[in-house]
Amino acid sequence: MSVLLGKGTKVLVQGLGREGAFHAARMKEYGTRVVGATKPGKGGTTQDGIPLFDTVAQAVEATDANASIVFVPAQGARDAILEAIDSRIELVVAITEGIPVRDMVGIAAVLENVATTLVGPNCPGAITPGECKIGIMPAENFSPGAIGFVSRSGTLTYEIADLLTKAGLGQSTCLGIGGDPIIGLPTPDAVRLLNEDDATEAIVIVGEIGGAAEESAAEYMRAHGKKPAVAFIAGRSAPPGKRMGHAGAIVSGNQGTAESKVRAFEEADIRVANAPSEIPGLVKAALKGR
Amino acid sequence: MALGLSSASPVKLHEFQAKQVLARAGIAIPEGRVATTPAEVEAAARAMGSGPWVVKAQVHVGGRGKAGGIKVANTPAEARTHAEAILGMDIKGLRVEKVYLERAAKIAKELYLGITLDRDRRCPVVMLSTVGGMDIEEVAASTPDRIARRWPSPLLGLLPFEARALVFAAGVDAAQRDGVADIAQRLYRTYEETDATLLEINPLFIQEDGSVIAGDAKLDIDDNALFRQHELAKLREVAPDEAAEEKARGLGFSYVQLEGDVGIIGNGAGLVMGTLDAVRNAGGRAANFLDVGGGAKEEVVRAALEIVLANPRVRSVFINIFGGITRGDEVAKGILSVIAEAPPKVPLVIRLSGTEAEAGRKLLEGAPLISKATMDEAAAEAVRAARASR
Repeated sequence: MSVLLGKGTKVLVQGLGREGAFHAARMKEYGTRVVGATKPGKGGTTQDGIPLFDTVAQAVEATDANASIVFVPAQGARDAILEAIDSRIELVVAITEGIPVRDMVGIAAVLENVATTLVGPNCPGAITPGECKIGIMPAENFSPGAIGFVSRSGTLTYEIADLLTKAGLGQSTCLGIGGDPIIGLPTPDAVRLLNEDDATEAIVIVGEIGGAAEESAAEYMRAHGKKPAVAFIAGRSAPPGKRMGHAGAIVSGNQGTAESKVRAFEEADIRVANAPSEIPGLVKAALKGR
Repeated sequence: MALGLSSASPVKLHEFQAKQVLARAGIAIPEGRVATTPAEVEAAARAMGSGPWVVKAQVHVGGRGKAGGIKVANTPAEARTHAEAILGMDIKGLRVEKVYLERAAKIAKELYLGITLDRDRRCPVVMLSTVGGMDIEEVAASTPDRIARRWPSPLLGLLPFEARALVFAAGVDAAQRDGVADIAQRLYRTYEETDATLLEINPLFIQEDGSVIAGDAKLDIDDNALFRQHELAKLREVAPDEAAEEKARGLGFSYVQLEGDVGIIGNGAGLVMGTLDAVRNAGGRAANFLDVGGGAKEEVVRAALEIVLANPRVRSVFINIFGGITRGDEVAKGILSVIAEAPPKVPLVIRLSGTEAEAGRKLLEGAPLISKATMDEAAAEAVRAARASR
């Protein structure tokens, strides 16, 4: 089933507001098994054909949901994520933007001691094309195949998935992990999942300036890489100290520069594309060179 | 001078504001008053009794001392003279509007104490050094082992044994160990309670009588947490060069001014960063970063285009939209409404893809702009157009 999500995944929606309801409907259209949603006080009723529950625990009890998607606004997102973790949901995808760093630092500490995987926040979500979509990405840009894809960006993920699809390179699982400084599934962990996945033949890693996640991922692949990988770093022309939209994309001193990331990938024998348009060609070359 | 890396676009507090926060947490600060005129400074010095005093510029940049923004005065008249020199002074492009008059500490030693986010360890880091003062960044770069570090669990806070471990590791004198450990714990609680991304006391003075007192204070607040930091949120000040960025923030998108001449509009932070890179690959330089965000409607696109065109350096504009939640037809309508009102004096290059891109392209047919199919082609065209209209 590729990684984290597939045909057997049963999804609970936390935060069935306007945005949540819209994307829950798109997910159902795609074939994702949306089994319920939480809306405290509305338990026992339905909305758009989705059964509602007062608490995550009740929803899990009734539906065996093993994944959730969080649309709850930033003020309540910490609580929603922790409620899902408390009910032992295996995969939590947090779409919410603007969660305070302090809340994410606390959640990251809790994640150390539980089996839950958190994708996001501030992310487009995850998709195993043809099987299951837990996110807000336009599904038509993705197609089933053997390329594992991890990205810190949203729209750029759609752009690159579209380029891969048009080049005949389908995807095993695409993980949009989010652009915040503290995220649940950092790049190295996502790369490790794809590296160990039998359905994945090559990995595309899309990073951004800021932090040291790409360097760690490169180091991991140098030591443990079982398959070819291609990388792209967004923000190579960004000046230091300025935030480029994503809170995580900020270069401080010599930390997090594009140069440092490119060097780390090259030392791990991972080709780095200069533009998204180069990625499909590099992937094909890497697969041939195996 | 700051050692931390602030993770976002924080609310920065002035020294006198940050010191008030420290005082409320029970950390000793020198007696001080804020003033906006030389006469106020002189009156404040008289009211505070005996000197000497320090007159300190209150601006949101480091290196005030080196720039002449901090001066010692022995008499109220001298404090006034210093205030006359400092008020209105330009420090790294910022005009000094306020000064802080403070009783001078009787300094025996200077320590450094700071807390910031360690992204890679995914928790805060508390740093303590007996090499305090202005050159802490140099200490961090050249002799990092002179800075003791501790990574408390965010679930437990900085525990007493961790604070003790810090003062022993840093080599704080026996007489001040308990006092500095206590300040470290209070500072950590304040860091949490204020949703700080950086909280720093540099220098932390040990005075001749052995007492420990905050010589300076720096506090940056996570802008994502302002919904629960109402008092601190009111302290945000907008620097003149950030006016356009602040206006954009109010409209719900992010804008960063850069040095080049190709104006950029896109949707999604990663895609916009990729667009900046594409312009550079084509031999040009971007004039800005502008992300209209997800699901931008006509009026947002319109406002975005107006902000980009208001930058006099802009010689061409590259609009790069990959529709997901954002719809191509909404983007097209926004562009058309700007063109209808005041046709831009510089060429517009557009690349529309994804949701409703076809509808958007139809709407734009016949409009005075250049449409390209891919990001690379559009970037090359925008760079060419900028050169041609220089």
